[in-house]
Amino acid sequence: MTISIDPQKTNNESLQPKGWLRYFSFSLDHKVIGIQYLVCGFLFYLIGGSLASAIRIELASPMSDFMPRDVYNQVLTLHGTIMIFLWIVPVVNGAFGNYLIPFYVGARDMAFPRLNAVAFWLIPPSGLMLVASYFVDGAAQAGWTAYPPLSITTPQSGQIIWILSVLLLGGSSIFGGINFIATIIKLRRPGLKLMQLPMYCWAMLGTSLLVVLSTPVLAGTLILLSFDIIANTGFFNPVLGGNVVVYQHLFWFYSHPAVYIMVLPAFGLVSEILPVHARKPLFGYTTMVFSIMGIVVLGLVVWAHHMFTSGTPPWMRLFFTIATAFIAVPTGIKFFNWVATLWGGKISINSAMLFSCGFIINFVFGGITGVALAQVPFDIHVHDTYFVVAHFHYIVYGGTVFIIFSSIYHWFPKVTGKMLYEKLGILHFIITFIGFNLCFAPQHWLGLNGMPRRVAEYDPQFQFVNQISSLGALLMAISTIPFLINVFLSVRNGKVSGDNPWNALTPEWLTSSPPPVENWEGEAPLVEEPYGYGKEISERK
Amino acid sequence: MLNKNIYLILIISLVFAISFWIGFNVNLLPTEASINAPIYDELFKILFIIGLIIFIGMTIAVIYSLFRFRKRNDQMGDGIALEGNLSLEIVWTIIPSIIVLLIGLYSYNIYDRMGGMKELNHNHEMMSSNSEKIWAGISQTSDNEIAINNLSIEVSAMQFAFLFNYPKGNFISGELHVPVDQKVSMKMESKDVIHAFWVPEFRIKQDIIPGQPTILNFTPTKVGKYPIICAELCGPYHGGMRASIIVEEESDYNEWFNKNKKPEVNL
Amino acid sequence: MTTLDSSKEIQKNNSEVNETHEDFRMFGLITFLIADGMTFAGFFAAYLTYKAVNPLPDGAIYELELPIPTLNTILLLVSSATFHKAGKALLKDKNSESQKWLFFTAFLGIVFLICQLFEYFHLPFGLTDNLFASTFYALTGFHGLHVTLGTLMILIIAWQSRIKGGRLTSRNMFPLEAVELYWHFVDGIWVILFIILYLL
Ligand code: HEA
Ligand code: HEA
Ligand code: CUA
Ligand SMILES: [Cu+2]
Repeated sequence: MTISIDPQKTNNESLQPKGWLRYFSFSLDHKVIGIQYLVCGFLFYLIGGSLASAIRIELASPMSDFMPRDVYNQVLTLHGTIMIFLWIVPVVNGAFGNYLIPFYVGARDMAFPRLNAVAFWLIPPSGLMLVASYFVDGAAQAGWTAYPPLSITTPQSGQIIWILSVLLLGGSSIFGGINFIATIIKLRRPGLKLMQLPMYCWAMLGTSLLVVLSTPVLAGTLILLSFDIIANTGFFNPVLGGNVVVYQHLFWFYSHPAVYIMVLPAFGLVSEILPVHARKPLFGYTTMVFSIMGIVVLGLVVWAHHMFTSGTPPWMRLFFTIATAFIAVPTGIKFFNWVATLWGGKISINSAMLFSCGFIINFVFGGITGVALAQVPFDIHVHDTYFVVAHFHYIVYGGTVFIIFSSIYHWFPKVTGKMLYEKLGILHFIITFIGFNLCFAPQHWLGLNGMPRRVAEYDPQFQFVNQISSLGALLMAISTIPFLINVFLSVRNGKVSGDNPWNALTPEWLTSSPPPVENWEGEAPLVEEPYGYGKEISERK
Repeated sequence: MLNKNIYLILIISLVFAISFWIGFNVNLLPTEASINAPIYDELFKILFIIGLIIFIGMTIAVIYSLFRFRKRNDQMGDGIALEGNLSLEIVWTIIPSIIVLLIGLYSYNIYDRMGGMKELNHNHEMMSSNSEKIWAGISQTSDNEIAINNLSIEVSAMQFAFLFNYPKGNFISGELHVPVDQKVSMKMESKDVIHAFWVPEFRIKQDIIPGQPTILNFTPTKVGKYPIICAELCGPYHGGMRASIIVEEESDYNEWFNKNKKPEVNL
Repeated sequence: MTTLDSSKEIQKNNSEVNETHEDFRMFGLITFLIADGMTFAGFFAAYLTYKAVNPLPDGAIYELELPIPTLNTILLLVSSATFHKAGKALLKDKNSESQKWLFFTAFLGIVFLICQLFEYFHLPFGLTDNLFASTFYALTGFHGLHVTLGTLMILIIAWQSRIKGGRLTSRNMFPLEAVELYWHFVDGIWVILFIILYLL
C-alpha cells in the first residue's frame, strides 16, 4: 500500500528548544536523541565504573572487609546490569544508531521519531530507579543473571525493582530495534541499494533482528519470575514444583544474543572507522554482510553454552559446543577483513585508529578464550570462575568499550565541529590499554587455579594476582581523566574541524559539521560507494 | 617475491615455535589430582597452543601493518583501491572452519574419555526406582564398575555448607574423605538454592540443583587435601561456602570410616 | 501500539514534492507483532518443557473442560471475519456499515473475555495450586490482556469511523488495517494456545 505524503515540513526547527537546552527536552531530532543516549550512557558508565572500582577495592584483600557481603552482591549485580543495559546496549545501538543511520540511508530522521524519543526517555527513569533501589531496601543481589531460586528468596523489593527496570530497558531496546529495521529497510533514499549501505547499517539490521527476536523472551521470563516473587506461583520455585533450569534456558535465549547485541554494532562502527583512517576501501564488503547475518543466525541457537554444568542432557551439550565454536568462523572473517583493510593503506595513527586496533587485539584474545569455553570439558572446570569474568571483559571492555571511545574520537568533529586533542587521546589510549590488560589478563590465571566469581572473600594465595588486577582497574579509572579533560577542553576551545576533517566518503560527512536540523540543506546525496578510497575522483560515484 | 615468501614462512614458523614453547612450558593449572585432570590438561594444552598461534599471529599482523603502512609526513593520497579478494576470503573461511571442527571433535573425544557421554539414568543402587530425571557432567563409571567397588556418597548442599552422607556407614560428615584410586560416585541435591561442587585439582564441577538431583563421579589419584568450592552464587556467604576433600590411603580411609560408622540399629 | 499509531510524522523525502512513499508504519507494526509473538513463544516453550520434564505432582488437580474454550475459539474466528467485513465496507466508503461491523467485532471480543472470566471462576484450581495451573493462568491471562487491548482499540476506531471524511476514511485506512492485523494476530495466538493448552 502506498500513501501520499503532504509536502509539509516536520518543523522540528520551530517547535524545539534551541541550544544546549534541547538535549534536555523531548526532542524528535535523531541527532539530539543520539547525543542524549550517549551522554546518559556515559553517566551510567561512570556509576557502573565506580561500582567496579568498589569491587576491585574489596578484592584487593582476601578478607571481606571493605563492604558487607550482601552489599558486595548488590554491587556486582548493579555493576553488571548497569554496564550492560545502561551503558553498552544504549550506546552502541541507541547513540550511534540514532546519530548515524538516518545519514547512512539518506533520510531526515528515523522512521518513527516519536517512538524513538519514547525509547530514549524510558532509560533515565529506569536507570535511576535501579540505582535508587540500593537506597530503599538494598538492591537486587542475585547477579545480573538473577537465577532463581536465589532471586526468589533474596529481599524482594530490590529484585522487583530490578525486574521492572530491566523490563523497561528491554522495551526501550525493542522500540529502538523496530525503528532501526523500519528505517534501514523502508526509509532508504530512492536509488540507494541495500548492498551500497555502509556496513554499520548492516550491523544494526542484524542487531535489531536479534533484539526483536530475543528481548521479548526475556520480558516474558522476567514477568514469570516476578509472579514467582509477588504472587507466590511456582514457575521457577522448586518448593512449589517449579523447574529452575527452565529459567536458565529462557534467560540465556535472550542473553546470549544480547552479547551480539553488544558487539555487532561495534563491528559496524569499526568497519566505518578503519577505511577512513587507513585510506582504503573496506575489504570484502559482501562477505562482511554475510558474516553478520551468519552471526545473527548462529547467535540464536547457542545459548546453552552457559549451562554446561546445569544439568543438561549430553547430546544438548554437544550440539551447543559445535554451534558455539562455529561462530568463530563468521567472526574470524570479519577480523581478517579488517586486517586486510589495513594492509597496504596509508594509515594515520591517531586516537581513533589506535582504539580500533586495540579493539582487534583484545577481541581476538577474548574470542579465543570464548571458543575454549565453548568446549564442554574445558568449560566444566572454569565455568563460574574468574576465567569467564576475564573472557567477557576482554570482549565487552576490550572490544566494545574500546570501539565506543574510538567512535567518539572519530565522530566528535561531526557532532561538535571541533577536533579533540590528539595528544590527550593517545595518552588516554595508552593508559586504558595498559590498565585494561593489567586488570583482566591475570584473572584468567585466577579462574584456572580455583577462584570462583561473585565472591567477596578468597583464598589468600590469590592475593597478589588480585592486587595486580586492582591496580589495573585503578589505571582504567585514571584513564577517564584525560578523556574527560579532552572533551571539555575541545568543546570549549578545540580546533575548528571543518566539515570533513578526515576526508571521509560516507554520507554523514557530506554535510556541514555540525549538521543542520534536517541533515541536509538540499537533497540527500546518493553515495553509491561509501568506501571508494584510492580511486580517482572521476571514478568515484 | 621469493624473498617476501621466505620472510613470511620465517615469521609463521617463529609464531608456531613460540606458541608451542609457551604451551609446553607455561603451566597455568593447579596440581592434577584425579584421572580427569591429565585428560583435561591435554585438552588445555592444545587449545592454549592453537589460541596462542592465532592471537600472536593476529597481533603481529595488526602491529606490523600499523608500522609498515603508516602515513609518513610527506605522503598524500590514499592507499590502494583493493576491495576484496575472493580466494583469500575462501581461505580464511575454510581454515578456521577446519580448526573449529577439529577442536570440536577432539573435545568430544576428551569429553567421552572423561565419561561425559554415558547415559546416567541407569539403575543405580541409591537412585534406583523412581523415574527422576538425573543429568550430570562427568561420569567415569560403567554399570559393572558401580556394582563392584564404588563408593557412594550423598551430597546435600544448603546455604552455606556441604554435607556428605555415607549411606554405608550411616553417618554424615562435613568433610569429604575418599580413598585414593577408587571411583567415587556422588548423588547431589540442594535444599534451597543452586550451588555447585567444584574441586579445581580434579577439574570437575557440577551444579547442585534444588528439585533435580545430579550425579558426579570421579577418581582421585593423589593423596592430599583439596578445597571443595561452591561455584554458583548462592547468597551473601557464597564466598565462604567451602569444604575440604581429603584423599587418603585406603587404610587411613578405612580407619576414619570405621571411627565414624554408626552401628546398624535394628528395630 | 499507540506510540506506533501516533507517529504520523512521516518523513518528507527530499527529492520530489508530493512523492509517494511506501507506508512503513505497517512494516513497523509487523515487526512489533513478531516481537510480541516471541513473548508468547517463550511462554509456550516453557509450558511444553514443564509438560515434558516436570510430571504433575500426585493429587494435583488439573482438568480442563472443553466447551467454553471451544466456544471462545469460534467467537474469535468469527470476529476475525466480521472485522474483515468492516474493512471491506470502509473501503467502499460505507462508514456506518463499517462501524456496525466494528461494534459487532468488539462485542464478540467482550463476550470472549466474559467467557474467559467465567471459566476462571469455575476452574477447580487456582493460580498457585501447581505449576500447570500457574502456567495456564499466565498464558491465558497474557492472551486475555491482548484481547482487552484489542477490544479497546476496536472501540476507538469504531468511534473514529463515525463521520465520513473524519480521521478514518477509505483514503486513510491505516488505523483500521493496523488494528485488524493485530486482531488476526491475537486470534492466531489463541488457536495455538487452544491446541497446546486444551487439546494436547
Ligand atoms: C559482547 C559480548 C560477548 C561476545 C561477543 C562473546 C563472544 C563469545 N563468547 Fe562469551 N560471554 C559474554 C560476552 C560475550 N561473549 C559474557 C558477558 C559472558 C558471561 C555471562 C555470565 O555468566 O555472566 C560470556 C560467557 C561465555 C560462555 C559461558 C562460560 C561459562 O559461564 O561457563 C561461553 C561458552 O561457550 C562463551 C563463548 C563465547 C564464544 C565462542 C564467543 C564467540 O563469538 C567469539 C568469536 C570470536 C573469535 C574466535 C575471535 C576472532 C576469530 C578469529 C581470529 C578466527 C580464528 C579463530 C579460531 C579458529 C578459534 N562466552
Ligand atoms: C558490559 C560491560 C562491562 C564493563 C564495561 C565492565 C567494566 C569493568 N568491570 Fe565488570 N562486569 C560486567 C560487565 C562489565 N564490566 C558483568 C556483566 C559482570 C558480571 C556481574 C555478575 O556476576 O552478575 C561483571 C563483573 C565484574 C567483576 C566480577 C565480580 C565478581 O564476580 O565478584 C569484576 C571484578 O573485577 C569486574 C570488574 C570490572 C572493572 C574493573 C571494569 C572497568 O573496566 C571499569 C572501568 C571504569 C571506571 C573505573 C570508571 C571510571 C570512573 C570513576 C571511578 C569515577 C567516577 C566518578 C564520578 C565522576 C561520579 N566486573
Ligand atoms: Cu553455595 Cu555458592
Ligand atoms: Cu553466550
